[in-house]
Amino acid sequence: MNESAWLVWAAMGGHALYVWGSLGACALLMAAECWLLRLRQRQLLRDLPQSPTRPQP
Amino acid sequence: MKPGLNWFAFAAPQRFYPLAGRLLPWFAVAAALLGVAGLYIGLVLAPTDAQQGEAYRIIFVHVPAAWMSMVIYLAMAGWAGAGLVFNSRLSSMMACALAPTGALMTFLALWTGALWGKPTWGTWWVWDARLTSELVLLFLYIGFMALHGAIEDTRRADRAAGLLALVGVVNVPIIYFSVKWWNTLHQGASVSFTKAPSMATPMLLGMLVMALAFWMYCIAVTLMRVRAIMLEREGHTGWALAARQSQPAATRPQVETR
Repeated sequence: MNESAWLVWAAMGGHALYVWGSLGACALLMAAECWLLRLRQRQLLRDLPQSPTRPQP
Repeated sequence: MKPGLNWFAFAAPQRFYPLAGRLLPWFAVAAALLGVAGLYIGLVLAPTDAQQGEAYRIIFVHVPAAWMSMVIYLAMAGWAGAGLVFNSRLSSMMACALAPTGALMTFLALWTGALWGKPTWGTWWVWDARLTSELVLLFLYIGFMALHGAIEDTRRADRAAGLLALVGVVNVPIIYFSVKWWNTLHQGASVSFTKAPSMATPMLLGMLVMALAFWMYCIAVTLMRVRAIMLEREGHTGWALAARQSQPAATRPQVETR
């Protein structure tokens, strides 16, 4: 595809805001969920105690 | 006990934690590959819709998100029910791991639905049976998480939130059949088991591939979250400390030497 064909495709027949707004929100929030979970797992592993302890009452 | 593979062995967090860790990359890779393939089919190969033009392409994320919002709720309620009946630790952890992803899928179904409604119906939102029952689903997920978070004793929180999840199950068939039971602005089911699909083949294929991608994504993030929940609840025990040894060195705590 040449440049103008790409632009026509990206314009989505005048519905670019709706189509890309939907796909973008999905991509953004799903990426954020993965990133936050990775961060949480790393922090948890870092903060584990050195030896088994009794649970806090 | 019968010989062979004992599936109940994996109900113990110390066994499920490494299993989930091994399965996770496969689901993540499958989600990424299916997502790329589904978007290519949906955005490039699928033809323009005769009635809705290009706006219909929102279907490739809207329908999978909406399906997953209901499937995850059923799975969450199933695990919560198992947790109530068998009092097993893993069941309640699974229910808690599913809730945020279920809420995300419900939010995405509503968000993409609003962006689809504006160009096709002329409105972002109507208090129609399908939309309202999906909004109730979002509140059920939020209620589950809020109730669980509000009770300090984890086992009591599991039971209270589990009961709420089970009561809320009644909403899922209401969402699914709302387009049949009531006269709604929302269109009928896109795919049904009883009649031939009314969509062009690439449209249907794109939607099914995207639905599979969402399935794989949801399984992958749920496995990630259940591993985190296991560490949060049982991080003080011997198995969790042993699990850390299998992690890359960067995530291990630095031992101070003097």
